[in-house]
Amino acid sequence: MFTIAETPLPRLLLGSGKFASPQLMLDAVRASGTGLVTVALKRIKPGQPSLDLISPLQQAGVKILPNTSGAVDAKEAIFAAELARELLQTNWVKLEIHPDARFLMPDPEQTLIAARQLVKLGFVVLPYCSADPMLCLRLQEAGCAAVMPLGSAIGSNQGLQNKAMLEIIIEQARVPVIIDAGLGQPSHACAALEMGAAAVLVNTAIATAADPVQAATGFRLAVEAGMAARAARCAPPSLHANASSPIDSLLTFLS
Amino acid sequence: MRSFSHVLAQTDWVALQLATFDTAAVERALTASTLSLTDFQALLSPAALPRLPQLLEKARLLTTQQFGAARQLFAPLYLSNLCANECTYCGFSMSQAIKRRVLTDSELIEEAHAVKALGHDQLLLVAGEHERKVGMAYFRQQIPLLKPLFSRLMLEVQPLASNDYRELKQLGIDTVLVYQETYQAQAYAKYHLKGKKMDMIWRLDCPDRIGAAGVDKIGLGILLGLADWRLDAVLLATHLRYLQQQFPYCQFSIALPRLRPCSGGIESSFPVSDRELVQLYCAFRLLAPEIDLTLSTRESSQLRDLLLPLMITSLSAGSKTQPGGYQVAPQSLQQFSIDDDRSAKLMAQRLTELGLQPVWTNWHPAFGRG
Repeated sequence: MFTIAETPLPRLLLGSGKFASPQLMLDAVRASGTGLVTVALKRIKPGQPSLDLISPLQQAGVKILPNTSGAVDAKEAIFAAELARELLQTNWVKLEIHPDARFLMPDPEQTLIAARQLVKLGFVVLPYCSADPMLCLRLQEAGCAAVMPLGSAIGSNQGLQNKAMLEIIIEQARVPVIIDAGLGQPSHACAALEMGAAAVLVNTAIATAADPVQAATGFRLAVEAGMAARAARCAPPSLHANASSPIDSLLTFLS
Repeated sequence: MRSFSHVLAQTDWVALQLATFDTAAVERALTASTLSLTDFQALLSPAALPRLPQLLEKARLLTTQQFGAARQLFAPLYLSNLCANECTYCGFSMSQAIKRRVLTDSELIEEAHAVKALGHDQLLLVAGEHERKVGMAYFRQQIPLLKPLFSRLMLEVQPLASNDYRELKQLGIDTVLVYQETYQAQAYAKYHLKGKKMDMIWRLDCPDRIGAAGVDKIGLGILLGLADWRLDAVLLATHLRYLQQQFPYCQFSIALPRLRPCSGGIESSFPVSDRELVQLYCAFRLLAPEIDLTLSTRESSQLRDLLLPLMITSLSAGSKTQPGGYQVAPQSLQQFSIDDDRSAKLMAQRLTELGLQPVWTNWHPAFGRG
């Protein structure tokens, strides 16, 4: 667990899109062991029983993180966040602004503008953003509760293509870094945790797997493995073979 | 401003028409991570037909990755069947002796509520092309009546000017559809005999005007059966690629309707078989994994059910293709005959059976776009 705004959170977060049915989503959520699921506000119809995505999740004790997916600028995202606050009684928001229709790349300028305003409006802001270390610093300075840089293009299953930049982001961050997009295999999630990410958010890889429940299980175990590796402080890779620990022996001899 | 008609004028059609492809070219296209237009053409070629299973598998994979199980449902609402054009393939052409109707305010509201009652929340407004009686003045009056009822409003009418599209966006239109029918000037002239629609360039540059006005989404298409469909498909792909570069913030959808029997209409001289239609849809999915592909109710329920899980992401259901068809005048003549006449509810049920998720709403009306 790690914390955002004094709330303990699981290290594997799930998205709710692309599933064949709400039941399958719920089964995958259970198998993943997560306690936090993000839901696109655009798919929620207020005052309609088709809030059926939300209520079963809440009954299962899962925290809902509304997201502003579909918003193309700061203005729309802020409006969506305010609407979500009213509908779901939460001041948490996953900020997503992607005007680019083809690759759904997050808009750094509009995201920063929206983040600044949402923080002023009292939101706990978790921005989905490019893997740009400087942008992540700016978002942190704006008061975001976490940063959510993408591992690779959203939905691409390509894994940690942005590894070099993510390492810098993690090194610099004073807020949790949640790697948000492009994770296609449990091993990608494991590597993200090993690298020092606070958590990962996975949707496409689980929702579009032939067996989403198995995929969710795999991601849960991978996240555990990544955390265990971190706790174990495994030795870094090396080009040369190291027989045992010759330096230690020498230092012992010299001391 | 440079527009698509200039791009088309510079396209070497002869080379496109003469190009032949072998199995190796098809293999290359099947393994490419992004398709060039040449790859796309290879996938449309007869050489690709034996590889249809691989094409389908890749299309399925890309569709699943991009859209998961979500499938958008919408309904067309015909505003009017008045038309000032003569198109030899269309049942609404001006010379056709059919009863003409333009929905009045109260009829429109009645129709809209009838569509709403079927479960729909995304509405496509359709009208024959009649600038004087069903032009901006009419839209200005009617769209505000519909806006509060639907989360997404789409429009398929005559090509308009940039300023008009800007105003329509303000009024609440999220998507504009304008199908070129055919990109081949000679064929275009052969089918479009009277009216403004004869002006091919005005139509060709219409998506440029829609994009420049900042409309959220543009629907493109060709009418299969009018001319060499392979050539039309490559030109449509060229158009899509051009528009995606011009307007990176705009979304796109593509529909590939086949010519259907209609009152007084012609028979197709360029028939497209089911197999070729599937090949064509596959090629577009591989070219553009991110766009919506729409399949009309003019296709059979059997074909629709087979293609839906593989690559179709947006579909109409329970459609009536005449003004007043839902409530006001259900007996009147349709624009074209429908094959898949399942109701919206049945269609949604079928989607669920197919392991797909029917999506009625994809945009929060209160987000306030438009």
